[in-house]
Amino acid sequence: MPVTLSLRKSMVRSLALGDATTLARGELTLDARALANELEAQDERIATVEVHTTLPGESTRVVCAKDVVQPRLKVDGTDPGAGTTYLMENLAVVTCGPIVGFQEGIIDMSGPGAAYTPFSELALVVIELRVVDGLRPHEHEATVRHAGLRAAEHTARRCVEFAADEEEEIHWDEFPADAGLPRIAYVDMLLSQGLLHDTYVLGENARDGLPLVMDPRVVIDTGIVSGNCVSACDKNTTFHHQNNPLIAKLLSGHGKRWNLVGVVLTNEPTRLAEKEASAARAVDLVRGLGAHGAIVTKEGFGNPDADLMMITRGLEQAGIKAVAMTDEYAGTDGGSQSLADTTPEADAIVSTGNANQRVRLPAMQKVIGPLPDITRLAGGYPGSLHEDGSMEVELQAIVGSTNQLGFGRLSCRES
Amino acid sequence: MPQKIRVIHYLNQFFGGLGGEEEAGAEPSWFDGPRGPGALLDELTPELEVVATIVAGDNYMAEHLTEGTERILALIEQHTPADRGVELELLLAGPAFNAGRYGMACGALCQAVQSRLGIRALTALYPENPAVANYRREVAMLRAGDDVMGMREALEGMARVGLKLVRGEPILPVEDGTIPRGIRQNYFSVSTGAERAIDMLMRKLSGADFETEYAMPVFDRVTPAPAIEDMGSATVALVTSGGIVPRGNPDRIEAASASRFGEYPLEGLDRLTAETHQSVHGGYDPTYANADPNRVLPLDVMRDLEREGRIGRLHPLYYATVGNATSVRRARRFGEEIAALLVNEGVQAVIFTST
Repeated sequence: MPVTLSLRKSMVRSLALGDATTLARGELTLDARALANELEAQDERIATVEVHTTLPGESTRVVCAKDVVQPRLKVDGTDPGAGTTYLMENLAVVTCGPIVGFQEGIIDMSGPGAAYTPFSELALVVIELRVVDGLRPHEHEATVRHAGLRAAEHTARRCVEFAADEEEEIHWDEFPADAGLPRIAYVDMLLSQGLLHDTYVLGENARDGLPLVMDPRVVIDTGIVSGNCVSACDKNTTFHHQNNPLIAKLLSGHGKRWNLVGVVLTNEPTRLAEKEASAARAVDLVRGLGAHGAIVTKEGFGNPDADLMMITRGLEQAGIKAVAMTDEYAGTDGGSQSLADTTPEADAIVSTGNANQRVRLPAMQKVIGPLPDITRLAGGYPGSLHEDGSMEVELQAIVGSTNQLGFGRLSCRES
Repeated sequence: MPQKIRVIHYLNQFFGGLGGEEEAGAEPSWFDGPRGPGALLDELTPELEVVATIVAGDNYMAEHLTEGTERILALIEQHTPADRGVELELLLAGPAFNAGRYGMACGALCQAVQSRLGIRALTALYPENPAVANYRREVAMLRAGDDVMGMREALEGMARVGLKLVRGEPILPVEDGTIPRGIRQNYFSVSTGAERAIDMLMRKLSGADFETEYAMPVFDRVTPAPAIEDMGSATVALVTSGGIVPRGNPDRIEAASASRFGEYPLEGLDRLTAETHQSVHGGYDPTYANADPNRVLPLDVMRDLEREGRIGRLHPLYYATVGNATSVRRARRFGEEIAALLVNEGVQAVIFTST
């Protein structure tokens, strides 16, 4: 009996603060005080929590956003990838606060910046968090990461008793009936380098134990949690993993247009020998799945470009057709080479945009988060923030703007 | 009827009707209305009106490119005083096909007119014209044939692309038949990256044509300099892209996409400390570099080597920038400038640390 993942979705149509957290006919009321109290009580490393809400179209800027999490909950005790998961659509929890590692980002809810981030289209519960003095950066990161997950669970827990609007059952069988369809594997590269560049797979740091083959449903059932501070534009937040667009699309055509034969999760180590070993192992796993073709996605930029090229080259040399997805760093004028590494075998690249492009962001009526820190973020620079509250930044500083899972529509071409 | 777009047309002595090679020394001159191919431009495109033609000789422009360009700019300004409300909107230069001298004049003039007078400009060249390499980044170029047989087609293309330029519409090499500028430009596709990736893979698997969204560039390969025979007398410098700067970051080097590098003293220092130096790099966790900056800029070890006589001496200055999302072009410039400074100071070897 194949296992099934059942997603029970509650649509959130409005969000307001109130005395109790309830969801009725899509109207979510949030008891901010109760949420803040719970977070403060659960972790003594937290000094203060402020809970804000903001909606699409509002004149709001969230700065120094760290992670984005879709509120979800499992109540039947099953592991990720099976059983029933409750989730809240059109809603996300965002963590923010003083910077940990330069690489938190901006979310604008309206204006020109909003077009570059998918989170401008969601109702947001923003957790602005300050930690106690003297905390080391790694503990600071862990504190914020845990608080985001707890806030998402807290919100979802209070809403599961209300009937879901929609139920989706996700079946996946790696040996589908129609064997004549192309066999496609997905290689999902996770930034996992330690030093504030970590990702967690089923609770374990992705530095160890990867590459491995994973059921695609585990990935989208919060099997992967982001814990890293790489540039905001191309870090895969927890929300991106939960809503991985390639997995969603590959599952929807599975057994009809192609057969999704599996997901290979792999890492992006720091040492050359480890990169070569990981890439070779990932290619072996794809070959073991009997794939005709594979799509490779990346997280971060710079040295991960080398991992992407090694995997792509290895796949092609093994006779497996590969498409690689990457963003570009072509300079603010677009006139420079875009990648840190290349290989002639990478003849099918999907570009998710030049992260160095600058964008002017007008002042907003409301700013959530520590605004002066903006000049220290990757993608910001001294002088980024103007006196009137407007700013000029590279797309790099906007959360999810050049997401390399292919979440958005931004691309780049020769002119 | 809407007002026509006012065009100024640049031609060499031959196409401008002055004569052949014997007139190649002709200095720039101004003619009202179209000349030669300009008449065809007018005829082909009712939206455009060639209000004037500037003609100069190929040799004159090749030998006096800067002065000739200045004189043409002066001619344009003299004939279009702002108080008369005469405003030119577009300069069309050529087509110059594969003619080298003519192409260079067209490129230089287009560049000067658009940057100094704010007038949109376009030329038409054969892709192998030497002016393409010189000016393609800044100047819009229609892809023309290699000789005058392609005149009509080139003029049609210039009119079509010129109109798009004036209207501020994006110019796309494939659709518009222009020479790629080598500039990457963002745009929003109709489909998501995930959808495009699956489509591309399905096409690739079925053997159908597919088009990559980023063609692989060819990277420079640097040949290492010959080994130093006597390290015991060599002056060695430290350079880093790891963002180690004196505490307070006096040059305000950015955490990513650095626009500058800094030059800092090492004289009198035996090692760096958390009190004297810090990392401003945004691409790695700076905790350990901040606790002991020698981990990225190994001054402590260099002083040991100096004491042991394994190197002649450590250069008393070091250079630092942040190598994080820094474009290759900018990095090359930093490299050239730092190398020139080091060579000038008699440094024979560099230990370059990256992160």
